[in-house]
Amino acid sequence: MIRGADIVVKSLIAENSEYIFGYPGGAIMPVYDALYDYSDQIKHVLTRHEQGAIHAAQGYARVSGKVGVVLVTSGPGATNLITGLADAQIDSTPLVCITGQVAAHLLGSDAFQETDVVGLSMPGTKWNIQVRKVEDIAPAIAKAFHIARTGRPGPVLVDITKNAQVEFGDFNYVPCLGVRSYRPYVTIDKKAILDAASLINEAKKPYLLFGQGVVLAKAEAELRAFLDKTGIPAACTLLGSGALPQDHPMYVGKLGMHGNYAPNLLTNQCDVLIAVGMRFDDRVTGDLKRYAKQAKVIHLELDPAEIDKNVKATVAIQGDCKDSLSQLTEAVKPSFHPEWMKRFRELENEEKKAVYANDLHGTHGGLHMGEVIRLINQFKEDDAILVTDVGQHQMIAWRYFDFKQTRTQVTSGGLGTMGFALPAALGAQLHDYNRQVICVVGDGGIQMTIQELGTIMQTKAPVKVVLLNNNYLGMVRQWQQLFFDKRYSFTELENPDFIKIAEAYSFKATKVTDRDELESAVAEMLLHKGPYFLEVVVEKEDNVFPMIATGCSVEEVRLS
Amino acid sequence: MNRYTILVYTENFIGILNRITIIFTRRGINIDALTASESRLDGIHKITIEVTVTPEQIIHLVKQIDKIVDVIKTYHFTDSEVVYQEIALYKLPTESLDPGLEKVIRQFNAHIIAAEKEFVVIEFTGHKEDTQALLEILKPFNLLEFSRSGRVAIAKPKFSVQEYLNNQT
Ligand SMILES: Cc1ncc(C[n+]2csc(CCOP(=O)(O)OP(=O)(O)O)c2C)c(N)n1
Ligand SMILES: [Mg+2]
Repeated sequence: MIRGADIVVKSLIAENSEYIFGYPGGAIMPVYDALYDYSDQIKHVLTRHEQGAIHAAQGYARVSGKVGVVLVTSGPGATNLITGLADAQIDSTPLVCITGQVAAHLLGSDAFQETDVVGLSMPGTKWNIQVRKVEDIAPAIAKAFHIARTGRPGPVLVDITKNAQVEFGDFNYVPCLGVRSYRPYVTIDKKAILDAASLINEAKKPYLLFGQGVVLAKAEAELRAFLDKTGIPAACTLLGSGALPQDHPMYVGKLGMHGNYAPNLLTNQCDVLIAVGMRFDDRVTGDLKRYAKQAKVIHLELDPAEIDKNVKATVAIQGDCKDSLSQLTEAVKPSFHPEWMKRFRELENEEKKAVYANDLHGTHGGLHMGEVIRLINQFKEDDAILVTDVGQHQMIAWRYFDFKQTRTQVTSGGLGTMGFALPAALGAQLHDYNRQVICVVGDGGIQMTIQELGTIMQTKAPVKVVLLNNNYLGMVRQWQQLFFDKRYSFTELENPDFIKIAEAYSFKATKVTDRDELESAVAEMLLHKGPYFLEVVVEKEDNVFPMIATGCSVEEVRLS
Repeated sequence: MNRYTILVYTENFIGILNRITIIFTRRGINIDALTASESRLDGIHKITIEVTVTPEQIIHLVKQIDKIVDVIKTYHFTDSEVVYQEIALYKLPTESLDPGLEKVIRQFNAHIIAAEKEFVVIEFTGHKEDTQALLEILKPFNLLEFSRSGRVAIAKPKFSVQEYLNNQT
């Protein structure tokens, strides 16, 4: 017989968890006490805030493909997870979050640090449970891991009362292999494959959109094989970036509000639209009433609730896209579409002239964010990971970063959570100390979780922080400029001396204000072995283009 | 907008009702009535939800409910595809019980299920339109209280949750 607290830790070890991201407190202290004895088998990272812990776990999960583990106390510890849960839920990130809870006999009595975390987290979790007895701990954790990582992944929360942590019970870990009410996978409908293949075979202007589903299904090779056989132009969503190397001949760019010109515009000119592992988010579709109305839509999607949700599919292929893509590749005829592809390249050149030239190669005036990303590309390794926060820098970094491999981008897509990047970069770096992790962040967002510099210091994770400082909540300011008559209502920031802060946390830190210092600074940063903090002072009032304004159609994408 | 009956077969799991109802609240959709009970199968609960929505909305709602891990299977039906009933109870002062009232009770095939010195309770089962009609008639008889259940329903189309569970791969 062992204590419930030991069962918690041993269960996490049995699931091959490498890291726990957490923060202690009264209701979880028995588990922390147990952890003391297992430090040779599982590593614990003490963040500076529970939000930092969950974002770090997300960063870890996104690059590793494994389940991120979070451990916090009841009450405020648990409520501090809510933003991360909502973020992981909408971006399909597998997490198991364990929260301490007051003893079972105190439930509902407004005891100290009691909060209804199961109720609070319900809309932001794929599944959650409260465990009140020692014998239920291991089965609940086993079920939690199974649910978090199978099907469409997501965050799961296990709330464990304090009495269960201190009671004694038998430990015999049985991994969960299935839950009868939950069927994460289905067999692919052969007829749907044939229907889709005949649409594709007859198409003159087929067009493929891929999202994170390809990454989650580990279907990158299958996607490539399909494109190699069909010669269909392919564009990615924000979270799909990296699933196909950007130098692949069929890759045509990025979708969405600040994506590329051709991929957005030509959505309304294709005849068959093949969507793979993406959910037609409004940031991708713009006005739905004017989205791809001319096209027959083929939707390859695991989650049935996404099919026909925003865009009605002519043919829906439900199932894991690793299977459906390979079956579809077998069923289609080889083809190529040089004229249609040429159209993408022509518009790409227009965008290059109108936007890239200035974004990437400034000559006078303030530095542009794009110049920093261009230099990062020049010096980074192929497998470098880009972690971004939310705002203009996120869109610019995404637009210009040279994605060569899968799972090289970590960003908050669906929720757009400012403050995500710094802790997520830490989690990404802990997965592999030897890879470059470049955290591009704005002066607004970094201050939402800036305390995690301390966690980076303590773990010695060699994160490269690139602060693109425009002294503004830049993305909001851009909207104020374009849509609110330049009324810059509460978006200008009086910022601290970031270099002093970074140095106080033992980072090597450099601030660049002049164009001619930038290249050597970026090079130095990427060669540096430990944590590095590079602040680049950029033009205050630059805007991100192309842009599809809210309520506009994809074909109304503007270059300026 | 149409009236639909959603039948949800679930594990008997704490919080499941909450998980289901927040799907409606989040979308600003009112649940007309909701009944939870055991089903024919041991350990499996059946939740009957009545809702008035568009044909697109009902499909969306059912998919969202079906996505809940502890939900086994969700079905939806139009009124013509289900046999359903609602039970209504009416409390009246005993002195209202005159030949006129007794005639109404007989006509509706309702029953007096409790008779006390001060009051009587009448039970009547039917569709909402019927129980509502009786309500209107009883109001002038100094109706003291009224209570109506959500619908309980049996679907006409053949389906088997047991079979669905057996087909688990
Ligand atoms: C937690 C949170 N609060 C508010 C917002 C709204 N928002 C989106 S971008 C942005 C500005 C970000 O400013 P900064 O971090 O400096 O990045 P920049 O756009 O200047 O590159 C704001 C306030 C958000 N996405 N997340
Ligand atoms: Mg800024």
